[in-house]
Amino acid sequence: MLTCQQLTELVTDYLEGRLTLGQKLSFQMHLGMCRHCRSYLKQMRLTLRTVGKIDVEKEVPAEVREDLLKRFRDWKNRGGSGPAP
Amino acid sequence: MPPPPRDLELLDRILAGEEEAFASLVERHQAMLVRLAMVFVRDRAVAEEVVQEVWMAALEGLSRFERRASVKSWLVSIAANLAKTRGQRERRSTPFSALAPPGDENALAVDPARFAANGGWASPPERWDEETPERLSLRRESREWIEMAIGQLPEQQRAVMTMRDIDGLGSDEVCNVLGISETNQRVLLHRARSKVRAALEQYLAGEVNRC
Repeated sequence: MLTCQQLTELVTDYLEGRLTLGQKLSFQMHLGMCRHCRSYLKQMRLTLRTVGKIDVEKEVPAEVREDLLKRFRDWKNRGGSGPAP
Repeated sequence: MPPPPRDLELLDRILAGEEEAFASLVERHQAMLVRLAMVFVRDRAVAEEVVQEVWMAALEGLSRFERRASVKSWLVSIAANLAKTRGQRERRSTPFSALAPPGDENALAVDPARFAANGGWASPPERWDEETPERLSLRRESREWIEMAIGQLPEQQRAVMTMRDIDGLGSDEVCNVLGISETNQRVLLHRARSKVRAALEQYLAGEVNRC
């Protein structure tokens, strides 16, 4: 029987789909009986979804953008990567 | 509102010489590429230079890109190569996988004091019913707390969690970029995620106490 502590060490393997069938069944059986571990898994999922949303990096700095667009025009004037116009 | 154009559509427009399409692609991937470059060169200014090179290399290689991989994966592979080369040139030549081990191989996902002797919860986790990712990621205080938690992770763990959970790269891509095994990748991810969850738990507990 899986303990709660063991379950917390298997959470990533579970979320990554890397448990064996037997491990996965024990994991899910434990979850079915243990509301605390259900809370733990829920916390982990919420953490990951939150981390996936914190990317609020500011916009590309204006000078970086300008430099890139200038180089884009050079590239384009050289004929881009297609046949020369 | 029409959906934003897909990356491949942007590529076609870039090939046709459309500047706005290039600007859109840059906006979309710049932050991810800078974070990736910083795994190998650390200094932000240098990372930004590397990413400028990435965009130039992408333009030069655009017509040869075979489109079997996603545009994102293609940019990631260009960035990883250029950033590694640059890192080596700057004498930061330690290959990622040879870096000192994080030193917490025996670390547990949850403080063992929270469990009873039989391995069951003594101090169980809260249900967090009120929280949503939107609420947590939009509030400056909680966002900064999470960013700090990620920032304090050992280098390898931070790199893996950033690529997987912020940038949404697959485990195979992360293994390729970092030159680590799939198992190692998963262990690093597990350590990192466990710590960030614990940090968020600490933050939310403090918030409850403050109310």
